[in-house]
Amino acid sequence: MNWGLILSNSFYTAISANAIAYMLVATGLNVHFGYTGLLNFGQAGFAAVGAYSLSIPISRFNWPWPCAVLLVIVSAVGLALLLGFTTLRLRADYLAIVTIAVAEIIRLSLNSVRFTWLTGGNDGLQGFTSFMEKINPFPQQGIWLWKQKIDGYRLWLLVSGWILLMVVATIVYLLMRSPWGRVLRSIREDEDAARSLGKNVFAYKMQSLMIGGVIGAIGGVWLVLDKQSSQPGDFATTFTFFSYTIIILGGVARVKGPVIGTMIFLFVIQLVDISLQQATKTTPSDPTPLLPTWLIDQNNYAQLRFMVAGFALAALVVFRPQGIFGDKREQAFDVH
Amino acid sequence: MSTDTSPVSFPSVPGSHKPDAILVVDNVTRSFGGLTAVNVAHLEIPRRRITALIGPNGAGKTTLFNLLTGFDEPDTGEWKFNGLSLGGVPAYKVARRGMVRTFQLTKALSRMTIIDNMRLGARNQRGESVWRGIIRPAWASQEQEITQKAQDLLERFNLAHMRDELAGSLSGGQRKLLEMARALMVEPEMVMLDEPMAGVNPALKQSLLQHIKVLQDEGRTVLFVEHDMDMVREISDWIIVMAQGEVIAEGTFEDVGSNPAVVDAYLGSHHDVDLGDHA
Repeated sequence: MNWGLILSNSFYTAISANAIAYMLVATGLNVHFGYTGLLNFGQAGFAAVGAYSLSIPISRFNWPWPCAVLLVIVSAVGLALLLGFTTLRLRADYLAIVTIAVAEIIRLSLNSVRFTWLTGGNDGLQGFTSFMEKINPFPQQGIWLWKQKIDGYRLWLLVSGWILLMVVATIVYLLMRSPWGRVLRSIREDEDAARSLGKNVFAYKMQSLMIGGVIGAIGGVWLVLDKQSSQPGDFATTFTFFSYTIIILGGVARVKGPVIGTMIFLFVIQLVDISLQQATKTTPSDPTPLLPTWLIDQNNYAQLRFMVAGFALAALVVFRPQGIFGDKREQAFDVH
Repeated sequence: MSTDTSPVSFPSVPGSHKPDAILVVDNVTRSFGGLTAVNVAHLEIPRRRITALIGPNGAGKTTLFNLLTGFDEPDTGEWKFNGLSLGGVPAYKVARRGMVRTFQLTKALSRMTIIDNMRLGARNQRGESVWRGIIRPAWASQEQEITQKAQDLLERFNLAHMRDELAGSLSGGQRKLLEMARALMVEPEMVMLDEPMAGVNPALKQSLLQHIKVLQDEGRTVLFVEHDMDMVREISDWIIVMAQGEVIAEGTFEDVGSNPAVVDAYLGSHHDVDLGDHA
């Protein structure tokens, strides 16, 4: 067992550009669910729209990248408007049903053979990251983070991603401590009470949906920039559910909740995964793996990481229901 | 604003005319399936008075409240607040026009502090716009004024010592007080209270009564739904009785108490007739 590699790899996974994508997507969801109480089960749809609004124009139509970035924001706002006008006047559970359906429609359309000329279908799109490589100030050989190598492109994504994340988190923080954020929380608590005090609940929900959606779309962009490929399979419903897991882990309605939640979530999953991979590994020189094959072997360890992650999450919910940073008092009066 | 404490002298008939009525309702009906929940031909609410809306369970009092405040839409009819029609006006705009309601089941915003509950009520907050919200200096001074006003109201309602607690930690009676205080942050001309005494212990009842009287002293109009007849007698200038969706009587407490239609509605039309089969 190479513990140095296991730990440095797990740590890198928890702070990588891929992790930043999860943090952004979960931060957007936190605006919807944590602060406004909107049960959005289609956050993966916002991420997908963001990812493809970047990759399609650049790969297929050679747009300059700033225009594609603008399209990312415009289409996320468009999706928020579409979802909002159809569902925000209805009860909360309808939003959940419609958002999950819309996210799946988006994913299946991106995957569809009919649109392969545009989206690349199941194989997805590549070759849209050259702009990011061109403006990369870091040398190509990258650095070593203990025993984990980080190439120059990923280091650039990591550094610029953390700066972007800090900017987004600061904006969310400033918004949520403002009277605007207070109205959002009042809608989460009881939207009729907010209405009775003269607040235009529909407009605030729509603003929340747009802001959280744009943040989610930027998260989708970071995901595909890191993979250098955008594929529909990355935007399945599990992406949304991982985001919920992350914000519950970190603490709902806390700005650092999604950040810390992502780090713990990805660290635990990667640690379990790579440890088991090493413990079940066989080589020609050493044919006996560390763990007995009747218990676990190379072919079935992969499933175990989510079982362990699920168990850890269940334990957290039992022993610390407010998450790592949540306010215990807030959890105590659960009126829903 | 001047306060009129003289005894009222409106005609004691359903739908009677009041000079300078703040709220005038015409032909408002609402049915749920086959059941006509509200069918009010004409109703006027006197300005700067405390008016009680009473009636047996299922009379349509809360439904009428919901209709008048924009929380539900009537099938027919129109109603005017200060001479302006409120038909089709959404609830939040009704509140902004000066008619603010509370709820039968109190809606304290449980996971927000009491002071935040109060601050929320203030009107025209600059920081409630998403752009200006980010920039604290754009709203900090107004926030300070709002906080001061909220603090004063909390002191008046004996909640100031709990200002930083979450509203969920309040007792049922305190929640009623908070809801009333929060409604006052909107500076309403008319306050609609839906069963302000429900679930309130007797000690708190007296103080709640005083608070409602003060609303009138401040020049506000109060309309409240209540089942507690002691309270109705003690503070109401005028009483409106509903039964089966219709206004069946109006008058002072004495007028209404001696009205046979009211006695019938509450006790049944044969309450004084022996229907026994032992004859």
